[in-house]
Amino acid sequence: MFELIIYTALGILALSTFLYVIRVIKGPTVPDRVVALDSIGINLIAITGLLCILLNTSVFLDIILLFGILAFIGTVAFSKFLEKGEIIENDRRR
Amino acid sequence: MNGHDTNDLILQTITKVTSFIILLFSFHLFLAGHNNPGGGFIGGLMTSSAIVLLLLAYDLKTVRQALPINFIYVAAAGLLIAILTGVGSFLFNVPFLSHSFGYFQLPILGKTELATAVLFDIGVYLVVVGITMTIIQTIGEKE
Repeated sequence: MFELIIYTALGILALSTFLYVIRVIKGPTVPDRVVALDSIGINLIAITGLLCILLNTSVFLDIILLFGILAFIGTVAFSKFLEKGEIIENDRRR
Repeated sequence: MNGHDTNDLILQTITKVTSFIILLFSFHLFLAGHNNPGGGFIGGLMTSSAIVLLLLAYDLKTVRQALPINFIYVAAAGLLIAILTGVGSFLFNVPFLSHSFGYFQLPILGKTELATAVLFDIGVYLVVVGITMTIIQTIGEKE
């Protein structure tokens, strides 16, 4: 019963990731795609957590924090590129 | 820059808190590498990602002022440490890169396993941080 619930949640997350992938492909503007990619990262975090429960292990818990940090930095970098045209500025007060 | 000044107050405030959490996490990954997933490579990558977050929120000049380090020297120091841990095993008449470990009674931690493999891992960590930051800073300062 417990495993059935986990598998159902994994299926729902897979479906939601698939819908995000459609948004990434079809998204009319670039910010749509960036937000969809960020959400795919968050979905990956959820899938990793559920797999940790399913495989009865705790070694993937570091990966969850890693995904969170990488998704945050990636989204910030994309947003800064869209906003300013360059990711790393030489001197901000110019 | 598109001509208008942007105000990144939220990003800069979040960066001040988050970069320290990322640094702590990378330190944890570095020390956990012996018995758990982690190690010098991923620890170095997370440290450099904390510096990349600082670079994103501020600029190259500010980060240079905060961290006045030439990262090529960091990579060189890491290689030197890795080689010296290998050479150091000659002092005890054992083959190159032999590592050993022992159990010690430390003041706060109690009985702790200390391995010389950590010294080699510090070398890997410094090389990864140095190379990653050199690449990113070199690409960042175009024009």
